[in-house]
Parts: sequence; C-alpha cells; structure tokens
Amino acid sequence: MLEVKNATYTVEEEGETTTILRDINLTLEDGKFYVITGPNGGGKSSLAKIIMGIYPVTSGKILFNGKDITTSDVTERARMGIGFAFQQPPRFKGITVGELLYLSAGESKRGRGCNFLFDVGLCPKSYIDREVSSSLSGGELKRIEIATLMNRKLDIAIFDEPEAGIDLWSFSKLTETFRRMHERSKTTIVIISHQERIMEMADEIILVADGQIQQKGDKDIILPNIYRDCNYTKNCLERIENVDR
Amino acid sequence: MIDSIEKRMLKEITGLHDIPQGAFSLRKDGESAQVSSTANIEIRPKKDKPGIDVIVKPGTKGESVHVPVVITATGIDDMVYNTFDIGENADVVIVAGCGIHNPGGEKTQHDGIHNFIVRKGARLRYVEKHYGEGEGTGERILNPMTDLIIEEGATAELEMVQIRGVDSTKRDTQAKVYKNAHLVITERLLTHGKQFAESNVTVELLGENSTVQLLSRTVAQDNSRQVFYPRVIGKNKCRGHVECDSIIMGEAVVRSIPEIAAHHEDAQLVHEAAIGKIAGEQIIKLMTLGLSAREAEETILQGFLK
Repeated sequence: MLEVKNATYTVEEEGETTTILRDINLTLEDGKFYVITGPNGGGKSSLAKIIMGIYPVTSGKILFNGKDITTSDVTERARMGIGFAFQQPPRFKGITVGELLYLSAGESKRGRGCNFLFDVGLCPKSYIDREVSSSLSGGELKRIEIATLMNRKLDIAIFDEPEAGIDLWSFSKLTETFRRMHERSKTTIVIISHQERIMEMADEIILVADGQIQQKGDKDIILPNIYRDCNYTKNCLERIENVDR
Repeated sequence: MIDSIEKRMLKEITGLHDIPQGAFSLRKDGESAQVSSTANIEIRPKKDKPGIDVIVKPGTKGESVHVPVVITATGIDDMVYNTFDIGENADVVIVAGCGIHNPGGEKTQHDGIHNFIVRKGARLRYVEKHYGEGEGTGERILNPMTDLIIEEGATAELEMVQIRGVDSTKRDTQAKVYKNAHLVITERLLTHGKQFAESNVTVELLGENSTVQLLSRTVAQDNSRQVFYPRVIGKNKCRGHVECDSIIMGEAVVRSIPEIAAHHEDAQLVHEAAIGKIAGEQIIKLMTLGLSAREAEETILQGFLK
C-alpha cells in the first residue's frame, strides 16, 4: 500500500515560488487499477513523479507498505518495487532495446522482455538489437518504454499517458495488455490518462486539477461527474466562441 | 613467451588471452617479437625500416590477421611502418592495437604508420584498439597514421577505439575511395584526467557511387581535451555522411569541426555534430530501473562508446 500524506510540491523560479501540488492525501491499495485524470497542467504527472521520487515533496510524507520513503531516492524506490514509464522516454545512443529490457529486469530475463514487446505490438525479432536512439519513432519508443516497465516485478507500476503517440491498432493491444496485467498480477496499476477506454478499465478514478485531488473513488461514481463537467466546459467554450463571432 | 602484464595488454587490445594463432605479428617494447604467416597471408618484416608487410592473397576468405603492439617498459620511443595489401576479392579481418604499460617516469611513445591497399572487390574489417596503464608517472603516447586506398568495388570497415589511459594521441587518417567502393569508419574514444586527443580524418570520394560513413563517438572527462576534424570531399557522384557525437563531463573541452566539400553536382554529403553532457532524463530513467546514479552514468557511457 502506498500513502501520500499532506504532500505539497513547490518549485522556485526566478525568486518566485509556485505551488504545483498542495495538500495531497492519497492511498493506493495493493492490486487495484487506478487512473489519474484531469486537465493539462493540473499536476497529474507531478503527482506520479513525487511517488517515484523524481520530484521531491516540499512538505508531507510518502509511506510505502508502512515505511517512510519520503527521503528515498528514485533508485531506492525502484528497488522497493515502484516503477514509472515516462510520457516522453529518453533515447540512448548505443544501448539496444534488448539491453534496456535486460536492465529493466535486473537479471537475465530477456526472453520475458521479448514477450512484452509483442504485447505492446512490436515484433521482438525486429527490435531487440535496435538502438534506443533516434532511429526509433516516438510511438515505437513509447511502446518499448511500456515493455520495460512490464518486464519488471513491481508492486506499483505507474504509466504516464501510455496512449500518447500510439496508433489506434496498437492502442487496442495496449489496453488489452493492461487488462491482462491487472487480472494476472498483484501489481497496483496507476495510469495517467484521458482515454475513456482506459478510464473504463479502472477500479478507481483520481481527478487531479489545480494541484489538488478533486475527486477520488469508484469509476462508476466519478466518471459520470467527469463527463458532465467536460460537457459543461465544452458548452461554455462553444458559447464563448459564439459570442466572439 | 609473454608475461602476465603483456597478456593483460594483449587481452585489452585484441580480446585474446595469449599469443594469437594463424597469421600474426607481435611487437614488444619496440622490437618485432614473433611473426607467423599462413598459406594465404604472408607477413614479412620490412628490410629498410621497422615494420611489416602483410600480403593477403587474392580470394582469401574468412581469415584474420593479428598485429598487436605491447610495450611494458618506460622510455621507449617506437615508430613502425606497416603495409597491408589486401588482394582482389579477399575478405579478411585485421586486428591491430597497442597497449602501453608504463612503469616508470619517462615518456613511452608508439607511432604507427599504416598503409592499406584494399584491392578490387576485396573486403577488409580493421579493428584497432589503444589502451594505456601503469604505475609510473611517464606519459603514454600513441600516434597512429592510417592511409587507405580502396579500389573499385572494395569495402573497408575501420573500428578505431581508444579504451582509456592514453595521455596524448594524434590520429591522422586519410582515405581515397574509388568507383563503387565503400568506407565505414567508426571512432570511439575516451579521454580523462589531463589527456589530449586529436583526430584528423580526410576522405576523398573519387569514384562514381563511392560512399563513406564516418561515425565518431567520444567521451571527454575531467580536464581532458579533444579536437576532431573529419573532412569528406566528394569529387564524383557519391554519398558521404559524417556524424560526430561527444559527451562532455567535468571541466573537459571538446572541439568538433566536421567539414564536407563537394566538387561534383551529384555528390550528396551530410554532416552532423553534437556535444553535450549526459541528459538528466537518461540518468533518471535508468534509476527508475533500479540502477544507482553512478551505475546509470557508467551504463550510458559504456553504451555510447560500445
């Protein structure tokens, strides 16, 4: 179980302090499927990154299975079983897809990694010896990123907008992979997404906006609210556009 | 016989655990130590100056030649002239390299002047690795000069690596590439401490449909300095691609000056050069896989220089 308690994350820029996340209280239970959603710039990725330790919390605490990991760095959290797939994964000149999968497993499990490449819609034979460099498209890189996370034995797997940049055909395969991952493992899955199909798969939805958790709960309760708000926003925007004309 | 230090040097530069089999020439502390020829590959010492002639018979396939140089004494100033004649339609691998273990306070230097003729339709893969170590304060200097003629329809692939420990190097490489011939040069180089490395490569694409691919990947650490000057000159319908990538760390200085010159309207030449530090996202990404920051950095550098 992972708990975020009264967490705040602020950044300093040119002498000014900006609050990115404020008073976050969140509990992620073992084996559940969560989707974090909300408007752009609302703090979704920052929330995921404070869980992974990529961003430090300014105040508050993070507990993992009862242990205070607030000051643990990314490596320590990764070794505890927390994983993170980047929205825009970095490229590595000279490191192959196979080597990255090998690193992700922490031992020789390249064979399993190949299976995950297949799951994300890539032919292992064609990709295993390719460099994780500019020779890969953004979509290919993204799918490899997802495969590296699936290749790890994790308690919590966080995916930051895994669907972004992925074509429709691969997207279907990807959602099926997440569904299988949820059914077959005890890993807590956290996906940042705006996709209805992914949100529909969740046990719980976490709505983040303005640096705060606005709503959290069963998808059947939260989703209708989100759709209503979206329609409300859409209608407002349309009205504004009409006035402008 | 070679001792344990020489064995280690040999392993670093050739990957071999002992004296090579087949065609080889071993040079130790500035003198020829052992030479062996085969039915298809003749190695003979030069008569007028230090060095060897390596003659590969036309049509020789799948054979290799090892020509390592090992120096384990201080104060050695060695210059060697090697000529490689790769016969028509041959397909061979040449593994060269120099390892210096300098145990004393005097400078130890090895300058190798290599001339290659890759004859019509032949294929050459040349691997040259440089490595330095030793408890002494004396400098370890390696200055290779490589001159290639690649005849019609021939291909040459050069992999030139400076592993570590070389205080100063000046590398000069020149090539003339003729009709339908291809050249690939991959240079990988690491400098650290106060080391200095300069690499000058000039490739002339003389023949129709000749190509060159010149890839340089280097890492400059600490206070080391590197200068790269790769030039590709297209004098016919040809294609050339120059790519120089450097990772800079600490207080190091890297200069990269790629040049392309077209003397023909069908010459297609491209150059790219990039210098930068290891991206923070790369480190973080590998840390999310459980590597420490140091392990992540080493993994990135190893991959980059592989």
